[in-house]
Amino acid sequence: MTPSSSRFVNIGERTNVTGSAKFKKLILAGDYEAAVEVARDQVENGAQIIDINMDEGLLDAHEAMTTFIKRIAAEPDIARVPLMIDSSKWSVIEAGLKCVSGKPIVNSISMKEGEEQFLQHARLCMAYGAAVVVMAFDEKGQADTKERKVEICKRAYDLLVGINFPPEDIIFDPNIFAVATGIEEHNNYGVDFIEAVRELRVLCPHAHYSGGLSNLSFSFRGNEPVRRAMHSIFLYHAIPAGLDMAIVNAGQLDIYDDIDPELRVACEDVILNRDPDATERLIALAEKYRGTDVAQEKAEAEWRGWPVTKRLEHALVKGIDAHIVDDTEEARLAIKQAGGRPIEVIEGPLMDGMNVVGDLFGSGKMFLPQVVKSARVMKKAVAHLFPFIEAEKDENSKGKGKIIMATVKGDVHDIGKNIVGVVLQCNGFEIVDLGVMVPWSEILKAAVENDADMIGLSGLITPSLDEMVTVAEEMQKAGMTMPLMIGGATTSKTHTALRIEPVYEGPVIHVLDASRAVGVAGTLVSDTMAEKFVAETRAEYAHIRDARAGKTAKPLATLDEARANGFEIDESLKPAPPQQPGVHVFDDWDLADLRDYIDWTPFFRAWELHGTYPSILTDEVVGESATNLFKDAQAMLDRIINEKWLRAKGVAGLWPCWRDGDDVVVYCENTEEHVRLPFLRQQIAKREGKANMCLADFISPDGDWIGGFAVTTGHGIGTKLAEFKAHIDDYSDIMLKALADRLAEAFAERMHQHVRKILWGYAPDEQLTNEALIREEYRGIRPAPGYPACPDHSLKPILFNLLDATHKTGITLTESFAMLPTAAVSGFYFGHPQAEYFGVARIGEDQVTEYATRRGVDLETATRWLRPNLNN
Amino acid sequence: MSAREAFRQRAEKQILVFDGGYGTAIQGYRLSEADYRGDLELTQDQKGNNDLLSITRPDIVRAIHSAYLDAGADMIETNTFSATQISMADYGCEHLVRELNFESAKLARACCDEFEARDGKRRFVAGSIGPTNKTLSLSPDVNDPGFREIDFDYLKAVYREQCDALIEGCVDFLLIETIFDTLNAKCAAMAAQEAADASGRDVPLMISMTITDMAGRNLSGHTVEAFWAAIRHVKPLTIGLNCSFGADLLRPHLAALAKQADALIMAYPNAGLPNELGQYDELPAQTATLIEAWLDDGLVNVVGGCCGTTPAHIAAIAKAVEDRAPRQIPQSPVLTRLAGLEPFTMAA
Repeated sequence: MTPSSSRFVNIGERTNVTGSAKFKKLILAGDYEAAVEVARDQVENGAQIIDINMDEGLLDAHEAMTTFIKRIAAEPDIARVPLMIDSSKWSVIEAGLKCVSGKPIVNSISMKEGEEQFLQHARLCMAYGAAVVVMAFDEKGQADTKERKVEICKRAYDLLVGINFPPEDIIFDPNIFAVATGIEEHNNYGVDFIEAVRELRVLCPHAHYSGGLSNLSFSFRGNEPVRRAMHSIFLYHAIPAGLDMAIVNAGQLDIYDDIDPELRVACEDVILNRDPDATERLIALAEKYRGTDVAQEKAEAEWRGWPVTKRLEHALVKGIDAHIVDDTEEARLAIKQAGGRPIEVIEGPLMDGMNVVGDLFGSGKMFLPQVVKSARVMKKAVAHLFPFIEAEKDENSKGKGKIIMATVKGDVHDIGKNIVGVVLQCNGFEIVDLGVMVPWSEILKAAVENDADMIGLSGLITPSLDEMVTVAEEMQKAGMTMPLMIGGATTSKTHTALRIEPVYEGPVIHVLDASRAVGVAGTLVSDTMAEKFVAETRAEYAHIRDARAGKTAKPLATLDEARANGFEIDESLKPAPPQQPGVHVFDDWDLADLRDYIDWTPFFRAWELHGTYPSILTDEVVGESATNLFKDAQAMLDRIINEKWLRAKGVAGLWPCWRDGDDVVVYCENTEEHVRLPFLRQQIAKREGKANMCLADFISPDGDWIGGFAVTTGHGIGTKLAEFKAHIDDYSDIMLKALADRLAEAFAERMHQHVRKILWGYAPDEQLTNEALIREEYRGIRPAPGYPACPDHSLKPILFNLLDATHKTGITLTESFAMLPTAAVSGFYFGHPQAEYFGVARIGEDQVTEYATRRGVDLETATRWLRPNLNN
Repeated sequence: MSAREAFRQRAEKQILVFDGGYGTAIQGYRLSEADYRGDLELTQDQKGNNDLLSITRPDIVRAIHSAYLDAGADMIETNTFSATQISMADYGCEHLVRELNFESAKLARACCDEFEARDGKRRFVAGSIGPTNKTLSLSPDVNDPGFREIDFDYLKAVYREQCDALIEGCVDFLLIETIFDTLNAKCAAMAAQEAADASGRDVPLMISMTITDMAGRNLSGHTVEAFWAAIRHVKPLTIGLNCSFGADLLRPHLAALAKQADALIMAYPNAGLPNELGQYDELPAQTATLIEAWLDDGLVNVVGGCCGTTPAHIAAIAKAVEDRAPRQIPQSPVLTRLAGLEPFTMAA
């Protein structure tokens, strides 16, 4: 058992009726079951101690305190951490002390009522066995200046030590007061606190220093960004001075270096009282962070006075949908008065506006997120006009072309497909979107029935590549000739050239991303350019095939040779058995906590904005676009969290196991059959000293531990997506899916951390920033089936059975082993410090044959599963 | 010299020996209901009420005490493990609680004094305080996790009555043992300190936790380190483990405690794990051998036996510890030790 220990201690603040409206409501309603969950969240989110306060006029604080403490005593996940019993009434504190089985902290006692009562309370704390928070408060009042803080605390210290109170059990709270209040005397409160702590640390050996941070920024109520920055900066300066605990929401602190430098300096000037105008400056600056800028509002109002065609263009370019229906109607009436038809609204002002968008996009001055927003506006305008156009029954109008789009059978990912669809629609194509998991038969049927000009296939997971081949084969059998466009994250020009084009005689084009889709589709429907483009593409793909055939592939070792060159772990570094083996279910992880674990770079990539977060926000080219996208993402994230749009469900398991060859055998209690996890081994010939890796190598044959997990943040997404669909809002639709994906990845990251620090517990003291987490600077790995180290997606059902994941998290697997909801991540945990990620890459027939035997399937099935790792 | 000082001084030089089990010894007498009951007017059956024997068959209790002292014990405990209002309620003997504790203390005291008179070596009496069969930390009702059968103030009063009588009967120490619930123990310790304060005597506390699972936690869920953090404020003369399992399985947990605790370590294991009939098979020599492994690691200052151990076991243990170096109390750095079910320390 490793005792948890720490230099700076976060005390959870949310089980406090004075600090948390939610908790207060639950306690007042007597809903202790839900209140207990608040405590659980706190602990799961890293609170090392939880503060419990029931001081509320409408409550029987005595009853509430004891009831709550007894309830959490029955919850080992919560009761493992020490409690802080917080009340201004001694009788409530004492009632609490009579229910606490560990060693708690009393918060607080003071000399407010004189020395006698102070010492009486201190003696009782000693008798009950509690550490104590001493407020810097005496008969004259609360200490405000440094001198008063030092004087009172030193006096209290001497009194306590005089009655043999253990000095290490004394925690001083020298009062953090609000700064930047506009009252000059308050300006030095931050400095007073920090300097008092610095001096007391010398005067009072072994004592600790704590404080309630939220007071500090009281003047900025309602302006969270500024409050967070102030708290972080205060800690940054107070911790080195000696502050070693604080009642704080750890999830709501910013990393000092990440704070906007302008804000940072302004906050620092205030907290450190560096000049008399500091308050004024911060107040002025703070407004910027509140997000309401008067000048901007004025500019926003101005365009409403423009002529309607100009307003429509502006709305399209800026992606503003607030007035679009009214403006469209105004334009329609104007055209009608002039004797025109409703379609002219589209062909005229709306298309003009979209052309501006298209030009800006084409020249790289506008980016995909904005285009999608513009498309949302366009769609709303068109939706408004549709009934009028229908009423006229204009048979002649036909767009540029009709495209069938689908995510293939077995795959459920559609962010990319939707983006492409929107962009194509913006450019005048008619899109028939068949959705996800579409079998080839339906794709072909829709193409025929709609007299389509082309088909676009999308997929994210590797088995979808095979399914695309199937669709192409069936198109060939059906005698079709229309162009087939291939897109999606795992698709490539190479795969298209090698596998898809040869089976279909019609044109097959791989489309790299959404911005290319318009050009490709446009060319394919063009009378003049199509033939040349198709011919060039054919030649290019033929060249790829030739180059491939001519290239001597890197030699493969035989499976036996590769095995002999396996990686040998240092057995002495094997992780200790888990603190909490077995399967752990998390039914509703706090999304607010996950937010801090989001890796934003892939989010921007999903929107085809390339660059690394956070520097992408200030990128010369895409910075503005990225910043706006980020702002929208944050706003939606706020709503996702506050309105509980999504629910994070996860399961993690830790099991005893051993290695048997390239299999890891998971020991299953009470069954004859232990579960085998067959892993694949690299066979590419290696230089001397480099091993042919296999995940099983990281497990000891003499007994070891392995873990697994499945997490999702996709539950609940359907309701919202339906809502967006009803409002013709692709932008929000894509945004929500992209954010859900990020949250799922963040959940995987967070769960892994939880496993390392607590469930497995081999790294209890790990302290990593989110950047460090993204850089994987921790010990252990979590390879996912379908990814390079473990490329076979078909391991997922085995993993899911071990975890009972479908039952526990509601994640189901498609026939191609894609997870539903799509915002889901699953994988294995390896805890050995030498475990690392690698790519299995190409493997030989010998391994496929053996793998088929190990998996108990026929060679054909194994070949299908492993196709991405064969030959190419 | 006070018992505290005398005990400490001896513990500096040698490993002290505590006594062994009483239940097994009493079973050996095959007593009848009449033996238990004596001439007391009681409404319920008394067979199995071992604490009652201190007044109905003091000869037997005296014989067991003497056997352990003969075997080499430096300290024996009073026959009062269940002598509280709560436990005696099972036998309708609540009214005898004060008398049982007082008479048991006197009985043990007399045995020790007799042995001391023989060889001049001081023997110590520890007043045994069991956990009761009620708990402050756990709900007996699975549907109502916040429910408790008793509360702190009530339990404290129950313990106080027992402590007062034991102190009055002249025990040297109060031994809070077989602690499965840490809060019960904190409550007992508070009662014991208040009783000692009221008597005006220095009555050191001995604290002994019992582990109920192989992971090293007691029933209320505390690890040994968390337990130590929760109880060290009472500044016990000894801290340790008893009952649980045999000496072999107790060893890692004892080692964890011995590393941290700046008090004497006392441990008295069972004679191994019981067989399927509930009997203990471990032979005296086996127990002694297992305890020698503790001695090799310098884990203990006081050793004895719990369930299934006999005077023969204690004799074997006494022989094993002879001339062996006692554990050195570690110089513990000043740390703030807090605890939930698990310990939490901060550098101080």
